[in-house]
Amino acid sequence: MLVRRGESVVVQGITGRQGSYWSQRMAECGTRVVAGVSPGKGGRDVAGVPVYDSVAEATARHHLDATVLFVPPMAARDAALDAISAGVRKVVFLAEHVPAQDVMEVLARARESGAQVLGPNTAGLVVPGETSVGIMPGFARNIFRPGSIGVVSRSGSLGTLVCLNLVTAGFGQSAFVGIGGDPILGTTTLDAVRTLDADDRTDAVVLVGEIGGVMEEEAAAYVATMTKPVVAYIAGRTAPPGKRMGHAGAIVTDGRGSGESKVDALTGAGATVVDVPSQIGEALRAAGAQPAEPDEAVRSSVRDASPSR
Amino acid sequence: MKLLEHHGKQLLERGGLRVPRSGVASSAEQARDVASRIGSRVVVKAQVPTGKRGKSGAVLFADSAEEAAGVTERLLALTVDGYRVHEVLVEECADIARELYAAVLNDPVSKGPLVLFSTSGGMDIEEVNRATPELVRRHPVDITRGLGAEDALEIVSGTDLPERSREAVAEALLRLYSVYRESDADLAEVNPLVLTGSGDVVALDAKISVDPGSVPRQQAVVAGAPASAQEQLTDLERRGRELGLQLIELDGDVGVLANGAGLTMTTLDVVHHYGGRPANFLEIGGDAYTKATPALALVLDNPRVRSLLVNFCGAFARTDVMAEGVVAALEELRPDVPVFFTIHGTGEEEAVRLVRERLGVEPYDLMDDAVRAAVAAAAHAAPAGAVPAEVR
Repeated sequence: MLVRRGESVVVQGITGRQGSYWSQRMAECGTRVVAGVSPGKGGRDVAGVPVYDSVAEATARHHLDATVLFVPPMAARDAALDAISAGVRKVVFLAEHVPAQDVMEVLARARESGAQVLGPNTAGLVVPGETSVGIMPGFARNIFRPGSIGVVSRSGSLGTLVCLNLVTAGFGQSAFVGIGGDPILGTTTLDAVRTLDADDRTDAVVLVGEIGGVMEEEAAAYVATMTKPVVAYIAGRTAPPGKRMGHAGAIVTDGRGSGESKVDALTGAGATVVDVPSQIGEALRAAGAQPAEPDEAVRSSVRDASPSR
Repeated sequence: MKLLEHHGKQLLERGGLRVPRSGVASSAEQARDVASRIGSRVVVKAQVPTGKRGKSGAVLFADSAEEAAGVTERLLALTVDGYRVHEVLVEECADIARELYAAVLNDPVSKGPLVLFSTSGGMDIEEVNRATPELVRRHPVDITRGLGAEDALEIVSGTDLPERSREAVAEALLRLYSVYRESDADLAEVNPLVLTGSGDVVALDAKISVDPGSVPRQQAVVAGAPASAQEQLTDLERRGRELGLQLIELDGDVGVLANGAGLTMTTLDVVHHYGGRPANFLEIGGDAYTKATPALALVLDNPRVRSLLVNFCGAFARTDVMAEGVVAALEELRPDVPVFFTIHGTGEEEAVRLVRERLGVEPYDLMDDAVRAAVAAAAHAAPAGAVPAEVR
């Protein structure tokens, strides 16, 4: 799933502190934020964006392509179901600590309705120069610039580091897809890799995985069939077994989900697996990926890219 | 959050599954009382949240109340898989005709509940699953429809279960599914689920774990769960837990503070890559990004730490807010270890300015440079012989 320039986005939870802050950040990146939803607060506006009580109500006034949920975990299921039943086809599900059975319910309803879900516990999507939907620093020009590298990452913070390294190495991104850190996800690594493989503007894919689960192994079988080069980094290879490192899924027990098994699967599939993120640029060059057009403005703006408080 | 067996069995019983008569005991005397109430041969089981108790000698049998007191004494002195035994379950022995296996769990592949059932239950179900996966039935459930009576019958009918027992076992599966749903379990497993000589279906064990994300709405279910109290935490790790921070102590000397699980794991990998050894895993991403001050105090309280690496890549977590917390902590604690920063992403400009102006420290533009510097500084401070590869 990607959200492109011109697609209409509704922000659920727009009147909250994070919802209002990130609505404005997303708009700065070019995202068309056309409506907000906060139950009980319909009729207001947030920085000029009209607020409705429900997505169903908002769809009476707006065409909505995608929703992004700035909603607390215990309210996330109902908010997502509101959007899905109102016919929104792309759901960016940011919240962390959502009850897993709620997540499964949302994914089942989405499947029935033909909606796609990114997350939960994702940092969202960025198409540099076009949109940013979620909580990634899509506005930071030292981290995101238009280019031809598609990035898939479970983690938002690590995704940010990888995108920064790409720009530092002279590359830009066609898209960043944050899939999320939970064990049960609407969009898997494989789904995201397929999306980028099918995307005309993507020439090479950077796959950022981490220990735990088997999503990278499952993606490897598909990677083997790709003609676009794939460079991968797997975080947590030096983590001691049996210790859960933050993300619910990031644990190695009985050898399942170990870094070694992921590296072997991806290497076997023809991907270049690097040891540290700073080697990604070099690996892309070696695989024949083209750097972005030179852009002097990027280098000189490195330190003034962040928003002020 | 794993529940103890007796706790899980309460949930099963409330959900309409049969469990043997039993009582919990935390002393030999209590065990004697329970056993004499039961009045027949009993099994005494250590209550620890870990599998394979049978193989670890944590499940013993007793023919009399006196004997039950004796084996309880022995069990209460045990540590099983790192867990001290504080209580035992004294339970009447069942008349086992057939051992089955039943479980409902959250399945990342089908993205819904998965029912597992086998007529080859008992201790070695993992081995059965590895060697003869065809003996374990798998039934993915559409959570919006639930598990229906026909589904349950269909699951048990594909096995060698005798015709006359099928309905009762199917009924037990339905009840197990309800317990799984109502308690927000990520795993509800009964191994063995037994058929008795008289044709009853009885749960002889219960392994129920509540999905961590659901704990806030399952307070009644998790009340009294031992969970973290029995985990083997170091003092620092326990203090982190109390602050809502996940800290893991490692054996190195480079203290690490980063935001987000992915970035923090990566930071540890990069420290290793340049020949260093991290002293901890500690991430302050997500909602924890405002806790930089107490987080940093924890990292510095580790006496092994000889240099400190602060790596922020702000997405949701604003680096200006985190940097403010770190700077405040450093101003207050004035640690005598060198500090190395690398900061990018949301709030970067303000964060860099704060560190530069209030600490007089220039953040590194490249993470690798900051890591190399922190590794080298730890090596110089370390006793001779502990020089990392990068410096040699």
